[in-house]
Amino acid sequence: MDLYTEGDPIADTKAPDGPIETRWERRRFEAKLVNPANRRKLTVIVVGTGLAGGSAAATLAEQGYHVKSYCYQDSPRRAHSIAAQGGINAAKNYRNDGDSVHRLFYDTVKGGDFRSRESNVHRLAEVSVNIIDQCVAQGVPFAREYGGLLDTRSFGGAQVQRTFYARGQTGQQLLLGAYQALERQIGLGNVEMNARHEMLELVVVDGRARGIVVRDLVTGEITTELADAVVLASGGYGNVFYLSTNAKGCNVTASWRAHRKGAHFANPCYTQIHPTCIPVSGDHQSKLTLMSESLRNDGRVWVPKAKGDNRAPKDIPEDERDYYLERIYPSFGNLVPRDIASRAAKNVCDEGRGVGPGGLGVYLDFADAIQRLGRKAIEAKYGNLFEMYERITGDDPYEVPMRIYPAVHYTMGGLWVDYDLQSSIPGLFVIGEANFSDHGANRLGASALMQGLADGYFVLPNTLPNYLANAGSFEKVDASHPDVVAARAAVEERIQKLLSINGDRTVDSFHRELGQIMWEHCGMERTEAGLRKAIDEIRALREQFWQRVRVPGDGEGLNQSLEKAGRVADFFELAELMCIDALHREESCGGHFRAEHQTPDGEAQRDDDRFAYVAAWEYTGDQPVLHKEDLQFEYVHPTQRSYK
Amino acid sequence: MNLTLRIWRQRGPEDKGRMVTYQVDDVSPDMSFLEMLDVLNERLILQGEEPVAFDHDCREGICGMCSLMINGEAHGPQRGTTACQLHMRQFSDGDTIDIEPWRARAFPVVKDLVVNRNAFDKIIAAGGYITAPTGSAPEAHSVPVAKNNADAAFESAACIGCGACVAACPNGSGMLFTAAKVTQLSLLPQGQPERYTRVIGMVDAHDEAGFGGCTNIGECAAACPKGIPLNTIGRLNRDYLKATSKRAGTPGS
Ligand SMILES: Cc1cc2nc3c(=O)[nH]c(=O)nc-3n(C[C@H](O)[C@H](O)[C@H](O)COP(=O)(O)OP(=O)(O)OC[C@H]3O[C@@H](n4cnc5c(N)ncnc54)[C@H](O)[C@@H]3O)c2cc1C
Ligand code: SF4
Ligand code: FES
Repeated sequence: MDLYTEGDPIADTKAPDGPIETRWERRRFEAKLVNPANRRKLTVIVVGTGLAGGSAAATLAEQGYHVKSYCYQDSPRRAHSIAAQGGINAAKNYRNDGDSVHRLFYDTVKGGDFRSRESNVHRLAEVSVNIIDQCVAQGVPFAREYGGLLDTRSFGGAQVQRTFYARGQTGQQLLLGAYQALERQIGLGNVEMNARHEMLELVVVDGRARGIVVRDLVTGEITTELADAVVLASGGYGNVFYLSTNAKGCNVTASWRAHRKGAHFANPCYTQIHPTCIPVSGDHQSKLTLMSESLRNDGRVWVPKAKGDNRAPKDIPEDERDYYLERIYPSFGNLVPRDIASRAAKNVCDEGRGVGPGGLGVYLDFADAIQRLGRKAIEAKYGNLFEMYERITGDDPYEVPMRIYPAVHYTMGGLWVDYDLQSSIPGLFVIGEANFSDHGANRLGASALMQGLADGYFVLPNTLPNYLANAGSFEKVDASHPDVVAARAAVEERIQKLLSINGDRTVDSFHRELGQIMWEHCGMERTEAGLRKAIDEIRALREQFWQRVRVPGDGEGLNQSLEKAGRVADFFELAELMCIDALHREESCGGHFRAEHQTPDGEAQRDDDRFAYVAAWEYTGDQPVLHKEDLQFEYVHPTQRSYK
Repeated sequence: MNLTLRIWRQRGPEDKGRMVTYQVDDVSPDMSFLEMLDVLNERLILQGEEPVAFDHDCREGICGMCSLMINGEAHGPQRGTTACQLHMRQFSDGDTIDIEPWRARAFPVVKDLVVNRNAFDKIIAAGGYITAPTGSAPEAHSVPVAKNNADAAFESAACIGCGACVAACPNGSGMLFTAAKVTQLSLLPQGQPERYTRVIGMVDAHDEAGFGGCTNIGECAAACPKGIPLNTIGRLNRDYLKATSKRAGTPGS
């Protein structure tokens, strides 16, 4: 293709071989260790305090390393993990319903549409059980049964009940557990916490990640922070679409800056569109709100059978309703995976059977569940979600079915990492949603919290020391090193540039327009023509941005427009790479649906012969270079995914 | 609808600050309160003025970042609702709305409507946790927790650390926030070993950070968007009393 070139394949992912059940144990045994007395002399930077970064920073500090932690919010407790609602998976098999580490592994590989690395996913399933133990010990108030034992529920893409939850606030409770462990280490002086600090550049010296450049968002001061290793836990990039379920500040800057410095970006086009979100209500919309997937346990999804049926939902008789998920996918019904549920919603709306303004919505109806279980039981399970829905829409979901529509929610793509979670830059590790590692082309519900905590509590603290064990032999770097000075100068220059354009359009207006391009052409359905058009439009808009954006104020103190401008500038570059990735992948898999590649009944058509690989992109400043990591499936044999 | 806003503008911690009046027209009732402020800010930027700084992130009522005094009420008029979840259908055409930052000695203003709430983190660092280093945890089912205790712990754990309780309190006390965490952890079997050192550590940190004392006025619970009940403060007081009476530190008592 004219948009990229192909480089060498990735030969080694560092995953041990041998039977899959033994690989993680072998890796841990073979890892070099750092003597406890030496750990204090080693500094690790952790960018991000979500489930991944918070748990990693706390654990590394407990092990004795000196940790410097950063987040852009005013407190580490506010990372966007706090907003996760539904739950966290673990192969505890407390229900005796046939679950096992192998089944969680199997479901995740299949759910990811055979585009993830088996070794990593198996490890994730193995440590899932330790996560629940850890969180319970910290006082995370998970939902319990009357006997005092933990309760679980079902989530999409699984036929066992392995999802642990804390009402509709699982992410909040898990994050507060990690945050409290982190605060304990801060109190003990083992972690230096820098809230309201944004990483704007990675410092690479002699080919190794040795620090970051940060801006103090309150004073505007720019400093370089040096260390023996850098960990990015900076979350996902769904906000490239402007409207998403992510928090307003979620961004790609930390990852993108590292990408520009040599870290490969893997599968950027794999985006998860969540089927159950509150539909857009107008042009003022600043974000979209998720209604947890757990609602699909009891809510039934339907649209009218007839096109353009404008009657109120209660006036549409049972036999004139189409419970399309139950009809098309009888064995999983309303609990099919997200990519499938989202596309099905899009299809019925495209047929003209959508409900609500603009026909962009489907019903999620609790009438049956309320009748069967009683209003009280539904209130206990979903009360806070129902209230949230009512506050936003003004409708009472106990009386009228919810209206929902798909929205951008999660990004499976991210910085490429090997089995040790190390990026293609030595000394730069990437954890949580920021890496690409475990979910392939589609993430199953309740698996991101699992992955973030697996990475932070259990994986990284076992693999990073192996790298650090060699750190004694690295040269000391100080702030006067030319590469450090240059990294800092680049940041200052970019800020001055953004402040000096003084044009006639706001940052948000550009961000919105970029989001529309992405949603239209790189959203739920993609085509070659659309993606090519999008690339042209993105390039043209980016040029406009650098000529016409207006960033008021100066760089000296709190300047929220300046923060946004830097993030949007990076989103422009990422957006182009996402489209190139989507264009080059001439197949449909998971969240990546190319209209040219579908089965006769409209399901995603993979092309394993040509595309069973991870696409890891190298930044060149010009055309990106594609490195392929071939995926081997020794344990779960790729099949056409079927949830029928 | 058309609204008149009177907004607190303060360039930085040293600036004295003042209320400034703005007119915002064509506000849709479906907008959230923060989206209404976005509209104002977009206009200010194009007019060459500095937009109003305010804290926000999730806009879903869960991160605790938003922090606006709206017509003298923390998070505004709707009960159990954060400023980001407040929608303009709660207001009427022609209304005048005052918007100010949290005001409390422990929360100094950074700029406009943005304050520094770092004092809350200090309270948690002083004991708001259960010591359980990674890897040391026993099997989750080895300690059952009665459902009513687990549920009650959850209720207190729902605190989002927003600081509305402090802003609403005439004394600027952070006791509801502190008590919410103390209550959560003291209701769980895992929280027992540190129960009494925790409460002393947290209350001391609270006082040192410049929060005022609690005189049981109850404005905090009325303003709390997450319904943290006032009786958590009673629980904290009982634990604190026990902790400070001599027996508490004695093993086996
Ligand atoms: C509404 C919602 C509901 C969800 N529900 C579920 C669920 O029920 N189950 C599930 O498994 N998953 C769920 N997810 C997904 C899951 O919550 C996330 O994938 C996961 O929490 C990400 O954690 P993280 O630690 O990687 O990143 P985050 O929690 O996003 O943390 C990112 C951190 O990086 C910091 N940061 C970012 N950029 C910079 C920078 N440049 N400089 C300094 N700091 C920076 C931020 O301050 C923050 O501390 C949900 C997601 C959303 C949006
Ligand atoms: S107790 Fe309520 S008002 Fe106070 S910080 Fe917590 S959630 Fe906010
Ligand atoms: S912005 Fe997160 S609670 Fe309001």
